[in-house]
Amino acid sequence: MDAAAPPALLPPRFADWFAGRGWAARDHQLAMIEKARAGRSALLIAPTGGGKTLAGFLPSLIDLAQRPPANGPRGIHTLYISPLKALAVDVERNLMVPIREMGLDIVAESRSGDTGEARKQRQKLKPPDLLLTTPEQLALLLAWEGARGLFEDLRCVIIDEIHTLWPSKRGDLLALGLARLQTLAPGMRRVGLSATVDDPEIILRWLGPNTASVDLVLGPPGPAPVVEVLIAGSGVPWTGHTAQHAMGEVYETIKRHRTTLVFVNTRFQAEYAFQELWKLNEDSLPIALHHGSLAAEQRRRVEAAMGRGELRAVVCTSTLDLGVDWGDVDLVIQLAAPKGAARMVQRIGRANHRLDEPSKALFVPANRFEVLECQAAIEAIAENALDGEPPRTGALDVLAQHVMGRACSEPFDLLALYDEVRAAGPYRDLAWEDFEAVIEFVSTGGYALKTYDRFRRIVKTADGLWTARNPDTVRRHRMNVGAIVSPAMLSVRMAARGGRAGRKLGEMEEGFVEMLSPGDTFIFAGQVWRLHGVTGVDVLVSPAPHVDPKMPSWGSSKFAISTFLAGKVRRMMSNDAEWGVLPAEVREWLEAQRAHSALPRPDELLIETFPKGDRHFLTCYPFDGRHAHTTLAMLLTRRLDRLGVGPLGFVCNDYSMAIWSLKPMDGLDLDALFEEDMLGDDLEAWLDESFMMKRAFKGCALVSGLIERRMPGAEKSGRQVTFSTDLIYDVLRRHQPDHLLLRCARADAANNLVEIGRVAGMLGRIKGHLRHVALDHVSPFAVPMFMELGRERAPGGASEMMLAEAAEALIAEAMA
Amino acid sequence: MAVMLSSLAKKGVSKHATGFSFTQSPCGGLALAINGEAAVLRVSGALWLPAHRALIVADLHFEKGSAYAARGQLLPPYDTRETLTRLEREVAATTPEQLVFLGDSFHDGAAEARLDTDDFARLAALAAGRRLIWAVGNHDADGPDALPGAIVDTLTLGGLVLRHEPLDGPRPGEVAGHLHPAAKIAGRGGRVRRRCFLTDGERLVLPAFGAYAGGLNVRDAAFAGLFTGRPLAAALGAERVHAIGWTSLVRD
Repeated sequence: MDAAAPPALLPPRFADWFAGRGWAARDHQLAMIEKARAGRSALLIAPTGGGKTLAGFLPSLIDLAQRPPANGPRGIHTLYISPLKALAVDVERNLMVPIREMGLDIVAESRSGDTGEARKQRQKLKPPDLLLTTPEQLALLLAWEGARGLFEDLRCVIIDEIHTLWPSKRGDLLALGLARLQTLAPGMRRVGLSATVDDPEIILRWLGPNTASVDLVLGPPGPAPVVEVLIAGSGVPWTGHTAQHAMGEVYETIKRHRTTLVFVNTRFQAEYAFQELWKLNEDSLPIALHHGSLAAEQRRRVEAAMGRGELRAVVCTSTLDLGVDWGDVDLVIQLAAPKGAARMVQRIGRANHRLDEPSKALFVPANRFEVLECQAAIEAIAENALDGEPPRTGALDVLAQHVMGRACSEPFDLLALYDEVRAAGPYRDLAWEDFEAVIEFVSTGGYALKTYDRFRRIVKTADGLWTARNPDTVRRHRMNVGAIVSPAMLSVRMAARGGRAGRKLGEMEEGFVEMLSPGDTFIFAGQVWRLHGVTGVDVLVSPAPHVDPKMPSWGSSKFAISTFLAGKVRRMMSNDAEWGVLPAEVREWLEAQRAHSALPRPDELLIETFPKGDRHFLTCYPFDGRHAHTTLAMLLTRRLDRLGVGPLGFVCNDYSMAIWSLKPMDGLDLDALFEEDMLGDDLEAWLDESFMMKRAFKGCALVSGLIERRMPGAEKSGRQVTFSTDLIYDVLRRHQPDHLLLRCARADAANNLVEIGRVAGMLGRIKGHLRHVALDHVSPFAVPMFMELGRERAPGGASEMMLAEAAEALIAEAMA
Repeated sequence: MAVMLSSLAKKGVSKHATGFSFTQSPCGGLALAINGEAAVLRVSGALWLPAHRALIVADLHFEKGSAYAARGQLLPPYDTRETLTRLEREVAATTPEQLVFLGDSFHDGAAEARLDTDDFARLAALAAGRRLIWAVGNHDADGPDALPGAIVDTLTLGGLVLRHEPLDGPRPGEVAGHLHPAAKIAGRGGRVRRRCFLTDGERLVLPAFGAYAGGLNVRDAAFAGLFTGRPLAAALGAERVHAIGWTSLVRD
């Protein structure tokens, strides 16, 4: 491996330790020591298995080993932040090895929501040298009145898996925390550890006060992964998302490997695949299930069994994208579409944590479009061209939470805080007006009607500083810190006698429960259950073995296909020279589409119109993901309605969209129909009414502290008649449409739920490039949508219609 | 995903399974008889009694927003004016001779004192040219201090007795609020929850009218024992009241 380190970089005790293990320090590990010595912040990008975490800690261990004995108590020397508490605990365990073996006098401790109160208190009074924790715990510590003493000796902060943290509200909160830490400890260095990313510049900008203050350190690239596509002998189906057709081959592949991680995109796909694999499991291979709805103990048991090397396969969701290293994994299977190249690199990296051997992965497409998507992802990974994210602009609701935390910790000066906040990467361009609006929001709610002056949450002291109103305000803030707003979860419990709730089986998203009616059967935690009913926050179920579970409309995936991957799919489709890698039936399908309709060029949008039954259809294939297609379809139907075509409904998937109507649409001016101006008033009007805005508003109301998740003493009972954020949204929208939280909610909805930016990009791309084909029947490309249409149910949004239908049922009841 | 856009409309007299009949009125409300008195359940959530030219609204909860603000949750302070605007619209549409607030008009005992001057004036103006009657509730047991109007515990109008909190057991002719009824229905691919009237043709529970007033599912135990048969839920839609049968209603 690498040449022996110059003694100047690695002190003898450390060099001996490496030698004793038969190791040599790697180049990037030495580079990190060099950066630290020069007082530079650094971003280390290296694949998994490259000793990345140790590289992050080495400079601190060396510094601590050489420091003189203390005259008095000292604060934390190095702070380590991980996106997962399990990872923080695991890193603590791994760090203890070199500390113990070198006999270093260093205290390393983790801290998470699970840490006992006694230990938490002791950590505040007698801080460890190395503290390993999460962004939420850091926010809590910074809101403590003793924050200054705890952090003023801080020399270094290490952020692990930084690529997963920065593009989120959690990342915003963390960036604000970093800026605060820098004020408390001006000499503090920032260190970021990341897996391979497309554009390190963005992370550098996020991490440092400015890009010039952070150096980039690159680890060895490692061998390229070996990725293949599994095409089952039975052929690839037209439609579907479960890959049920390939399960036999998946099982055989698991049998041929030591340990396999089987990734899927939704927890229900996980349940389904787990069920199917066990039906085939004649050898009783230890195959487990892991997803976010399972009870925490159950997940921990699976992780522990995995750590002991007892499992042959785990079917899992993004809950295992990150986490503790398992050396034994020799294969990653991606069941159903990859959706993004960067996520795939992360998942594939979970296999084979040895730097000199390639990771091995197998993609299993569930339908024909997914074959194209898998192939595009493989090429992207081979070229190391990953889907990048746009730079992050910090959310104002997160800033509001941070400002309240600052007031809880110690009084602040307005101008000094403004400067400090702008030292956080995502808030670099924060306008003074927006900052002021946030301060006003935290203080009085920021309402044009100035009636809350006497209820201020932060108040000005005699010396002109801002501080929290009273201890109660402080206590309530501390109970509600965090930027993760999870969907409402219900407990799944066994139905006991007398309709009471029994043993807890896990948790389920409210949205899924709402799709079920009592008597329905569904799969959960690997078994089939029958729904008895819902009481308060409990879902009561009983086992229903030997019953075919009802398949809910799970949709393809909670992730939409990335812009980058979609572009690759469009290119591949239009260029038949690239079809050689595709299975014969997919090639034939593309040829049939070319013969019966058309294959669009990469910059073109294919629009087909045709009659079917007593309806007229318009189909198009933007390949821009389900969310963007839904937004486009909502806007198009408004236009079609005004044109008098009588649109009746639409269906969308990740690749295409169909609208049907009473009257034919082939005579319409399609250029006008797809004109970019649809993103003007129509969008505004639709968005404000949509449930997506209400959902986004609820998230912002919780993060900003307008609504409290937890209140001291009083747990909200399900029975209590209380306000809902929907009511607040409706009132605020009518009386102060430019209120800070409505601006936040619009930004969130536009970015995450309706993907306005993506729709705008699409409309710009296809302008003047529409290719219309009038057909007399359905095209090969449109077939998958029609097959989905038969099976899916209509989601909410048509509430009035549902009310009217319920009333209709009443008439039938009366006339019977 | 798929979305259906078509909507249905219908007209004419309908008969509820329990035996009383109702019609859709041109304003979008439901016209029916409560204990023999003609009544219109309006889409706003107000009750209109044409024979008495009386407009009745329940559970206004004025200043609920500021009540939360005083405890540290700074909810938008616009709930009172929002409620007032809807109330003024109803008064303009029906020109009542009697306007009845059926209790819990204020969210708490100090709410009247917190009213913004504009809102106070608009509320006082509602008493001009008509009888304004405050039936008191559990949140506002003493009624208003400075605002005009008569303060009562109950009020009799023909065959109807109006009071804030419904009494247990069968009470033919009782019109009450207090419970904030809400109807939830399950349809293809989702559920809808709306405020509603609840009636069996003998007695009536009004929905809450206040902007921030929440709703209690009518399948909750609090409604059990009020009706002998299965009541009808008249749910407030965007433009009309939808008559929903008991079997279509689901729990939360």
